Amino acid sequence: MEAATARISRRQERRRYGSGERRLAALMLSPAMVVIALVAAYPIGYAIWLSLNEYSVRVPGLSRFAGFKNYSEALGSSEFWDAVVTTFLFTGISVSLEFLVGLGMALAMHEAFRGRALLRTVVLVPWAVLTVVSAITWRTIFEPNLGLATQVLSTLGLPGADVVWLGESGYAMAVMVLADVWKTAPFMALLLLAGLQVIPDDVYDAAKVDGAGTWQRFRAITLPLLVPAILVALIFRTLDALRIFDLPFVLTRGSNGTTTLSLLAHQELTTNRLIGLGSALSVLTFVIVMTVSFIYIRTVGGNIRDLAKDD
Amino acid sequence: MASTQVANRHETPTPAPAKPQAERPRRHWVKPVLLWTAVVFIFIFCLFPFYWLINVSLKTGGALSEADLIPPNPSLDNYQSVFENSDFTDALRNSVIITTVTTVLALVVGSFAAYALARLRFSMKFLILAVILSISTFPPIAIAAPIFKLWTDIGLYNTYPGLIIPYLTFALPLCIYILVTFFKQIPKELEEAALVDGATHFQAFRKVVLPLAAPGLVTAGLLTAFFVWNEFLLAVTLTSSPSAYTVPVVVANFTGASDFEVPLGTISAASVVITIPLVALVIIFQRRIVAGMTAGAVKG
Repeated sequence: MEAATARISRRQERRRYGSGERRLAALMLSPAMVVIALVAAYPIGYAIWLSLNEYSVRVPGLSRFAGFKNYSEALGSSEFWDAVVTTFLFTGISVSLEFLVGLGMALAMHEAFRGRALLRTVVLVPWAVLTVVSAITWRTIFEPNLGLATQVLSTLGLPGADVVWLGESGYAMAVMVLADVWKTAPFMALLLLAGLQVIPDDVYDAAKVDGAGTWQRFRAITLPLLVPAILVALIFRTLDALRIFDLPFVLTRGSNGTTTLSLLAHQELTTNRLIGLGSALSVLTFVIVMTVSFIYIRTVGGNIRDLAKDD
Repeated sequence: MASTQVANRHETPTPAPAKPQAERPRRHWVKPVLLWTAVVFIFIFCLFPFYWLINVSLKTGGALSEADLIPPNPSLDNYQSVFENSDFTDALRNSVIITTVTTVLALVVGSFAAYALARLRFSMKFLILAVILSISTFPPIAIAAPIFKLWTDIGLYNTYPGLIIPYLTFALPLCIYILVTFFKQIPKELEEAALVDGATHFQAFRKVVLPLAAPGLVTAGLLTAFFVWNEFLLAVTLTSSPSAYTVPVVVANFTGASDFEVPLGTISAASVVITIPLVALVIIFQRRIVAGMTAGAVKG
């Protein structure tokens, strides 16, 4: 019913504004659309085609159709499943930690105190650091010769002081998670802070009058009202974490259980020159990421609808 | 500069304004203490790792195997050797050119598209916006191989345009989304007045909307520039020589030079050099950047 009315009114509008406006819209949109189609849609199609062929190792450029052979090889290999486990483990742990750290940061930044503006600037520093530099920074912190991590850990009496962190699986993953949390928790914090700022103050005042304590107010008001912002932040970060490439590339080159899906596909494509298998792995990564992306678009659908609305 | 301010802040902690909680006066101190512990922790967490990198970049020789928090004999030798390294200075030049060109193109093309989406009336806007947004979530690895093959065939491999074109694709969705949000906030009456005065839609866009949307353009431009400066996967896949290497590629490859002796000091200095401009921009344009990061992400 509502949709039908909308359709009718839209038709009326179209009549009212004529084709000139639509032609201008098409003209203004087309450069962006052409670039996007050319470098996103076409290559994806080409990647799928590449993944369905096998390529001669001896004669460059010689290839023949192979159907799903590359996919069965990928899905049958332990490397693929190891990369899936690594990617999801990394995503799960780092996004959860980023959420907790980010929420703490957001709550602190939401309080009124002198120096809040400075805090908000400081929080952006890790975000401004390039991912490659973040990896180098944390590699340097865990560098055994400089020995910062070793010294800190032994001073605090924590385990791990005698470990070459990037040289052992588990520990290498921990460094990767730490580097990611450091760089991206601030982003999470700012998204959550934006969510906190739209909660009206009078809701809290009413709860205070009713005698609710700080923790009760947080549980009963802040968290539920923050859910939309939390969802967007979590999905957004999950999408990024699933695509992670720079961190393991610089930290370990994928050794010690840090080969993620993007890194594995990249290695097959460039180091091993296996175009068919590498493309199949890329397409599989694409499918996994786009599934989450679909959930993301669904979640922010309301926002998109607001933007798409003619006013 | 930031660190001295931090120090001052710690010396004069001002408690948060006390909340009137007559029923429970004994818990007055809990919240300020928690808050200030958190604030100190956040400062250290955010700033220390980068401080450590700067610290290492100022160390030479034997100091590079000590964990001192202050370099015993600070020297700029590492910076000097970084700037004497032509691979690095070439990469700086490449990155500056590629970032500038991509940002300008993304703003021009993006603002056209965003204006159409924000102001003109036509169908399928929701679909177009949804597609644009989903493009921004594409894993770059999925287009790396096909673009590599394509660029090799048509001679764009290891060139500036070879990087600028795919960067434009990934930057445009971000630009368009931010700019639509900003354009929508500009009062429509201003444009309508121009239209009544006989201006065309395009003139209204160029003379009325664009100047008013300057803050939005700054935001979109900054986020695009950050993305391009930072991008690694495509840069490492689509380049093969110093004539097109960008800074992240060169800095990441400093490590590969020797497996036995990692030039820690030089790598750290190079890392600091390529990060400082971004940190400076973040400090200057803090508000603009936060506005861009959260544009459209949160309802309200």
